[in-house]
Amino acid sequence: MELRTETNKTKVRVPMREQPPQERARNFLEVPYGYTPDEAVEEASRCLSCKNPPCRGGCPVEVDIPGFISLVKDKKFAEASYRVKEKNALPAVSGRVCPQEAQCEGHCLLGKKGMAVSIGNLERFVADLEAESGEVRVPEKPKPTGRKVAVIGSGPGGLTCAADLAKYGHQVTLFEALHKPGGVLIYGIPEFRLPKSVVEREVEYISKLGVEFIPNAVIGRLYTIDELLDEHGYEACFVCIGAGLPMFLGIPGENLNGVCSANEFLTRANLMKAYLFPGYDTPIKAGKRVAVLGGGNVAMDAARVALRLGAEKVYLIYRRSENEMPARKAEVHHAHEEGIEFLFLTNPTRFIDDGKGNVCGVECIKMELGETDASGRRKPIPMKGSEFQVEIDVAIPALGTRANPILTQTVPDLAVNKSGYIVVDGETGMTSKRGVFAGGDIVTGSATVILAMGAGRKTAKGINEYLKWKHWEFNGQCI
Amino acid sequence: MFKILKKEELSEHITLFEIGAKDIARKAKPGNFFMLRTHEQGERVPLTIADFDRDRGTITTVFQKVGKTTHHLGTFNEGDHIADVVGPLGNDSHIENFGNVVCVGGGVGIAPVYPITRALKSVGNKVTSIIGARSKSILFWEEKMRSVSDDLLVATDDGSYGTKATVTVPLDEILSRGKVDRVVAIGPAVMMKFVCSTTEKYNVKTVVSLNSIMIDATGMCGGCRVTVGGETKFTCVDGPEFDGHEVDFDLLMKRLQTYIPEERSAMGCGEKNGGH
Ligand SMILES: Cc1cc2nc3c(=O)[nH]c(=O)nc-3n(C[C@H](O)[C@H](O)[C@H](O)COP(=O)(O)OP(=O)(O)OC[C@H]3O[C@@H](n4cnc5c(N)ncnc54)[C@H](O)[C@@H]3O)c2cc1C
Ligand SMILES: Cc1cc2nc3c(=O)[nH]c(=O)nc-3n(C[C@H](O)[C@H](O)[C@H](O)COP(=O)(O)OP(=O)(O)OC[C@H]3O[C@@H](n4cnc5c(N)ncnc54)[C@H](O)[C@@H]3O)c2cc1C
Ligand code: SF4
Ligand code: SF4
Ligand code: FES
Repeated sequence: MELRTETNKTKVRVPMREQPPQERARNFLEVPYGYTPDEAVEEASRCLSCKNPPCRGGCPVEVDIPGFISLVKDKKFAEASYRVKEKNALPAVSGRVCPQEAQCEGHCLLGKKGMAVSIGNLERFVADLEAESGEVRVPEKPKPTGRKVAVIGSGPGGLTCAADLAKYGHQVTLFEALHKPGGVLIYGIPEFRLPKSVVEREVEYISKLGVEFIPNAVIGRLYTIDELLDEHGYEACFVCIGAGLPMFLGIPGENLNGVCSANEFLTRANLMKAYLFPGYDTPIKAGKRVAVLGGGNVAMDAARVALRLGAEKVYLIYRRSENEMPARKAEVHHAHEEGIEFLFLTNPTRFIDDGKGNVCGVECIKMELGETDASGRRKPIPMKGSEFQVEIDVAIPALGTRANPILTQTVPDLAVNKSGYIVVDGETGMTSKRGVFAGGDIVTGSATVILAMGAGRKTAKGINEYLKWKHWEFNGQCI
Repeated sequence: MFKILKKEELSEHITLFEIGAKDIARKAKPGNFFMLRTHEQGERVPLTIADFDRDRGTITTVFQKVGKTTHHLGTFNEGDHIADVVGPLGNDSHIENFGNVVCVGGGVGIAPVYPITRALKSVGNKVTSIIGARSKSILFWEEKMRSVSDDLLVATDDGSYGTKATVTVPLDEILSRGKVDRVVAIGPAVMMKFVCSTTEKYNVKTVVSLNSIMIDATGMCGGCRVTVGGETKFTCVDGPEFDGHEVDFDLLMKRLQTYIPEERSAMGCGEKNGGH
């Protein structure tokens, strides 16, 4: 085997200590405890400090991975955190939620046999340590440029863009439709995977940079984009409003009581803290037997929340096989450990009414994998006559989202593609409308936290340039 | 934080607030609603913008105390602040000179039908309004409605005031007497359902405003979905007004029951009234 010269120690990752599955399946506390400084140093010393680090190419924002890891090795933890933050504004978040196996760690030289350096865990470690030390470094306030920029949507893309624009010295207002900033980080991803205190901490940091935050502002309704640009004195807007609109299956019984989208279920649980009901006022259908439909992160989150709300049985119904599941590997593994029952190659065909308008079962059909389809995955085909029923009292479709038109329909001169996503110039984030930039899920469709952050950063640069030169180019044409 | 500038008890269970919300008032149109959250642990609930004053920078809302949030809201007084107010939301009412229109408001639904009635009158419609309630003691805004209608009829279930009937009885009479071009009806789901079955007989287009359960009200969760013309629609972004003859009211009423067991336990009581 290669790398025999290094000791065996380089082969084994320092494991992350976690709450035991049986225990955590009934609480909302974070699953992994995080590294201790000793563990972090030990893990960091596995890194080979590659000259042309392939890991870095796997990171959408090109974090200086060997750079920050060698600072960890030297126990310069704060410096390590600053190094990460040069490229990544929210390391405590990305360290927890990035699909590392497909990104940085998937490219790590030690990656064969799953022994890649735990880059995500280390990133999380340095970010948490910096925050806990209470010495979060706020960069010196730059000279104000006197330029006003509006950022619309406070998800990871909006937060990153707002932070960068503030660092350039612009006066930034962040408008958010909901009462709390964070986007999916607040309403979608559950507490046990991304504690809300981590998100709040990042938001606080951004307000320390001078960003003004205005909640309860649905742009398009309260103010239109034209009003922001023409009347409120904003010279540019960044539209980063996420994908939003949940999809349903379109099968019979989908509107029965007890069937609710993963977005609804998770918003109730996370944003509204329904898991603390009645201490918090928003109710949630807890369910004894729950079926979650889908195979992505959203499905995994919904299933694990349902379990924590006390379900006796949670099924995860997915029409392809485990290999095709788009969810982060770590979450699939956690879900298995916690006792979620996976029904692969299974597709729901209808929901069954208990006669009183409540769901009491779901009828499914077995699938087999056929030819490879456009997405590069093998297409599932129903197997005739294989229908069977599963008894449930709550069903949660988690089938992905479409573009939410709430803003775009109020801006007629903003070009969108046929699915409703905003069309932008890849480099600058410029749209067909002068002064309006866009990025994140509303441009790409549902993607990842780090890609939205990358778009926020890139667009902040684009906006900064635009404010200097007032040059507008879209589709090769100057506007 | 949004300050309550005026509080008025319209009846035992119905309260009016005038809330300072300058920017919402500037944009509000008849048919719009807003979301509010009373406090940090509170729920987000939708209420209609029953009136707005752009000069004073206020919106008016009239709500019925039915559950935990609306009861809590009822304890607020002039000068108190509401944590969150979001709006204006929902599509604007379609206002046009249709000719002869009938506006029907039932119970707390009289409040949301008022700004629509006023707007329809102001563009030249001949407006007949019907307001109804279970009993005289819970009827409100009679004068206000009269001032924006050519004719006003009152019905109470128990006959304590006006005609002893549900609103569909005078409505049927008007429809049978002469040509009506449009009906707007807002009230409890069951009332809207029967208004629609009445107007269907005469083939008169009927617009209703649906009161489904909402959470975000930005189209993100699908909790407010209803079936209209056989298709799933989201009340918060596709509505709240729909063609009443296309609405599956039985489904709406069923879905409104979704959280009754949970809400009951939260209120710590066994019995509770229905929504608007
Ligand atoms: C449950 C769930 C789990 C996920 N898990 C992962 C994961 O583990 N790893 C990962 O990388 N990705 C994950 N994702 C995907 C990831 O969260 C998204 O790709 C990312 O959040 C997109 O960021 P964004 O900034 O584009 O928008 P969002 O995070 O969607 O934020 C958009 C914000 O804009 C606001 N908004 C919308 N319309 C308006 C308006 N008109 N005016 C003002 N504000 C408006 C919204 O309220 C929202 O707060 C998950 C997604 C979900 C739903
Ligand atoms: C667009 C729209 C406009 C509305 N306008 C008004 C109005 O002007 N005045 C008024 O009094 N009421 C109005 N409602 C109804 C009002 O939102 C509910 O009465 C309120 O949410 C009940 O909350 P609660 O906590 O007091 O009661 P709960 O204990 O939550 O529930 C009591 C009943 O209210 C219904 N309900 C519960 N939660 C919601 C919710 N989030 N949205 C809608 N209904 C719910 C349920 O059917 C339940 O049976 C409107 C609803 C919608 C959708
Ligand atoms: S941002 Fe994500 S992909 Fe990049 S190094 Fe960090 S965890 Fe890896
Ligand atoms: S590829 Fe792996 S070993 Fe090489 S620098 Fe990156 S993390 Fe270290
Ligand atoms: S309330 Fe969530 S989509 Fe309408």
